[in-house]
Amino acid sequence: MPVYNQSRNRFIKIIIALTFLIITVQLFKLQILPSRFQQMARENAIFAKIKYPERGIIYDRNGKAILNNIISYDLVVTPSETKGLNVPEFCSLLQIDTAEYNKKIAEAVFKNTALRPSVFLEQLSPLQKARFEENSWKFPGFTLVERPVRTFPYHAAAHILGYVREVDQKDIERSGNFYRQGDYIGKTGLEAYYEKILMGIRGVEYWIKDNKNRLVAHFEKGAYDTPAVAGRALKTYLDIELQQLAEKLMSNKLGGLVAIEPSTGGILAMVSGPTYNPNDLTGAQGGKNFARLQLDVTGPLLNRAINGLYEPGSTFKPLGALVALDEGLITPSYGYPCGGRYRGCGTGKPRCTHSGGGHSANLRNAIAYSCNSYFTHLYRLAVDNPKYKNVKVGYMKWREYMNLFGLGVRLGVDLPSENKGNIPDTTSYNRQYKGEWNSCTNLTLGIGQDQMQATPLQLANAMCIIANRGYYYTPHFVKSIEDETMEDSSLMNPFRKKHEVLTHIPDSAYEAVIDGMYDVVRIGTARVVNIPGIKICAKTGTAENYTIIHGRRVKLQNNSLFVCFAPKDTPKIAIAVCVQNAGYGAKWAGPIAKILIEKYLTDTLRKKTAAEAERISKAKLIPPHYRLLQYQTDSVRAYEWFKMTKDSSHIKKFRRQYWQDTTTSEPKLENEKNNKPNGKLYRKESDPLHLTFCNLNLYGRSKT
Amino acid sequence: MAVQKPEISKGTDWFLLSIYFLLVGIGLTAIFAVTYKEGDPVLQSFFRFKTDYSKQLYFFLAACFIGLMILLTDSKFFTATANLGYLSGILAMLLVFPFHSKVKGTESIIRLGAFNFQPAEFCKLFVALALAKYLSRPETDFSKTRSQLIASFIVLLPAALSVLQKETGLALVYFSFFIVMYREGLPAYILITGFAVAALIVASILVPPNTLALILSGIALVYIYVNRRRLKKKRGLLFTVLFLWLLCVGIQRFLVPYLFKHVLQKHQVERIFELFGKDNPYADEKENMKTENLRKKKESGTSYNVRQSKIAIGSGRIFGKGILSATQTRYDFVPEQRTDFIFCTIGEGFGFIGSIILLGLYLLMLFRIITIAEKQRSVFSRCYAYGVASVLFFHIAINIGMTVGLAPVIGIPLPFVSYGGTSLLTFSIMLFILLRLDADRQMILR
Repeated sequence: MPVYNQSRNRFIKIIIALTFLIITVQLFKLQILPSRFQQMARENAIFAKIKYPERGIIYDRNGKAILNNIISYDLVVTPSETKGLNVPEFCSLLQIDTAEYNKKIAEAVFKNTALRPSVFLEQLSPLQKARFEENSWKFPGFTLVERPVRTFPYHAAAHILGYVREVDQKDIERSGNFYRQGDYIGKTGLEAYYEKILMGIRGVEYWIKDNKNRLVAHFEKGAYDTPAVAGRALKTYLDIELQQLAEKLMSNKLGGLVAIEPSTGGILAMVSGPTYNPNDLTGAQGGKNFARLQLDVTGPLLNRAINGLYEPGSTFKPLGALVALDEGLITPSYGYPCGGRYRGCGTGKPRCTHSGGGHSANLRNAIAYSCNSYFTHLYRLAVDNPKYKNVKVGYMKWREYMNLFGLGVRLGVDLPSENKGNIPDTTSYNRQYKGEWNSCTNLTLGIGQDQMQATPLQLANAMCIIANRGYYYTPHFVKSIEDETMEDSSLMNPFRKKHEVLTHIPDSAYEAVIDGMYDVVRIGTARVVNIPGIKICAKTGTAENYTIIHGRRVKLQNNSLFVCFAPKDTPKIAIAVCVQNAGYGAKWAGPIAKILIEKYLTDTLRKKTAAEAERISKAKLIPPHYRLLQYQTDSVRAYEWFKMTKDSSHIKKFRRQYWQDTTTSEPKLENEKNNKPNGKLYRKESDPLHLTFCNLNLYGRSKT
Repeated sequence: MAVQKPEISKGTDWFLLSIYFLLVGIGLTAIFAVTYKEGDPVLQSFFRFKTDYSKQLYFFLAACFIGLMILLTDSKFFTATANLGYLSGILAMLLVFPFHSKVKGTESIIRLGAFNFQPAEFCKLFVALALAKYLSRPETDFSKTRSQLIASFIVLLPAALSVLQKETGLALVYFSFFIVMYREGLPAYILITGFAVAALIVASILVPPNTLALILSGIALVYIYVNRRRLKKKRGLLFTVLFLWLLCVGIQRFLVPYLFKHVLQKHQVERIFELFGKDNPYADEKENMKTENLRKKKESGTSYNVRQSKIAIGSGRIFGKGILSATQTRYDFVPEQRTDFIFCTIGEGFGFIGSIILLGLYLLMLFRIITIAEKQRSVFSRCYAYGVASVLFFHIAINIGMTVGLAPVIGIPLPFVSYGGTSLLTFSIMLFILLRLDADRQMILR
């Protein structure tokens, strides 16, 4: 009976059709309705590999590359492929021990799985690289991978060029997530200021990866890939040989030095003492060296040329003279009877280095012999100018002059974090003296003291203004950018604008002051600086400064300052030098400037000058109390570490060192006879666990 | 006797045959898409027998050759050898126990030289034939329970053997033959009861015992409340309901735990629970602790498969990514994608439209087979055709169901499309025999 039960065939068909319908509905759900599956598939399979461009090269004024890239090699391992590797041989070849090998392999597996390559050793030394290359066939799973590293062929200009480091969270946020974890960014110096130009344009390669995260093929044959564009080069005004010489001269000294080409504002050399070898921060030991520099109390990472605040002292005097001349308060022949001290305010202060009559018979002499009374008097004349009726109005006018000279304002150099120095406001005096003050209160402003503070860069720039007879260009390093675009021009325009700030001061006034500065070298306080055949205009400065050690105010050696420009009629270089705690301006700062001028203008050093350079470079002028400070901060850190971790090993080290020190050579304040701390107290207080911390003066800021 | 001229084209259902060729073509494309590596010479590797798609191609050629042989064979041959075939099939499955080779957790494969044979896979064919033979016997009265039991035995014996070979998925396939029996008059209530018991067992695995007991009691109470008037008149019905309730709770509370504790082996219980992605509550405490991590790994493994499979299919959208740009399947994100998860490749590469076309082809094929079945004068041919349709339907539904996340992951291939020689040959032979029988549909075969 073939028709028997035939109705059931329909039922079976319905069941089949229903099942297919359910599957279709599910397919509709998955494939037609909006879902994240496409995104998820892409996340699974597509890997955007960033191609890093080489950073731009920086050249000096003579076209020498002072910041370049070299290829360094990382040893990369794919753990799953290292089967049959002779581990002891491998380890002895690369001079690591087997325990470290195992640890690194385990780390690599943990980080990237055994199937994907991870960095085993960063930046191989040339020896390691050579050894590995020779035997690489024996070591399956290990390969060398290139990586560009910054290099400083002249080992110089660390503070100017800066350094790159891996971005931190702040950088990433600030850039709006442009940077990613593991990217490098210029942290200081030109590397930071010109980051956008130097970094180039990152490229992206889209790769397809498989289920084991191995990259298998280019996505869509590279249709969406973008190439990496190398960073553009910068041409600077720096003279690298001059820079090297300047760094040599400033070695073992605290302070700052700036040399500017007045006609362009281009910075020829800039040194902050102490400095460091920039290559120390790039190699495999970079992190370690960086930590060491950071913990050094002399602050080698700090750029004192733009951040060190110094009282200009007598180097300020030419500016005071120009103000008085411009305001018509004096003429170049104006004389002031100085008997060795200023008695205008009844205190007999300040004193004068020279007491002989006639050293302030006219402006030229007063500058040459650096008469304190004369310039204190000029300051009071300017501030108490009857034209302004009130000392406060007069002071503000004077302050305006200072700002025009570039003091107390940020100049806008192309380095990050420039300090603007300090020319105090009337409000700060009002607060300090409850509104009751006059020109006698702050009369030492006239000789660049009181609360006046300036950076070496500002002092050098002020010299440029005098050398140029009234105008300046913002001091800067970069002359031109390779393939400059419109956007770059807007970055560079501030440096190309001539600031005619004080051109209204008559040339006769400038000539009078410049003549005085010429006499400084010819007959005055800086005769040692004289170079036959070159007319140098200069001004020495010596500023007192104090610090507090163990709660006592201690007078340190004077800061040695020197500003100058040369040659007198066609100025090619203006220099400001400050050597902290070194003595008279003419003793250290002057000769340093002189050597640099000779080097820059004659391109060579005479035998005598070379010997002098050698002598100066060997002089160690870092004040001895820094040794004590280092000891204190290190031991306090050890104590903090102990408090945090209960690990006393660091403290023990200090205790041991302390006992050795007390029995053999204790850190002493050798120079300070009057204020030598009482030995008993010193011993007790310097016990690492009982140290009290004072307001430490690290960066040459004096008079707290 | 007149000499019969062997004329293949006469009576052969070309429509069904073209669907078959289309499906195999789609399968070859999909396997090619999965295994092709950039830069391989396409033609060369197609004929080298090195790559999977090349192997599949040769299997297909072999299937065509065998198919040709079948079409040239007298259809009486199949009725005559059905029982013998069945016996040899069972024998082959028994031979697996001493001679199986260890392949990937299964114990169902015999290795002969370069080829792997899986008797459980091609035994379906013999079961279909034997079942048809039994049902078409003039002396079989399928309305009798005895015949029904014998038919069930024919079907379930290889299923039991498959379970012992740790091929639960293949064992389940044999249950699809109940569709044939249903068509031939197996009372519907047996199937319903079967489904109900199966559902109850699955439910007692998935739902905590007390909750399930409460649910069952709830259902019974609701039923009694709704039919309270009728129950008053008919006391017998009330007792039936109460008896059923007791039976259900009994099965759920006592029979299932008893089965798991005393009848089934530990690893089998483990597998069953694994299938549903559940903890095995019958394992010892210690063992539970020990296998905790392993289990978690396995569980996430299963769900990983399905998740990746869904991503693959879902990311295909309407038109698909194109066959060689399907990243999910080309770069091994979906495991087993040449064999059990081949549907992903189609879903990702050809999108919704491609999937629907494939589904449509399958639906056409199934309906065509059923239509053919109903055209047969011979009960043997009809039963056999239904057998083929049932097996294909089960495979298709479960396989595609698991790739789209509707069915549990059971390792059974997609007919004609999945990579695998045994599977392709078995299904092809089944289909060719059907074509051969259909060509002789006017004949009454016994």
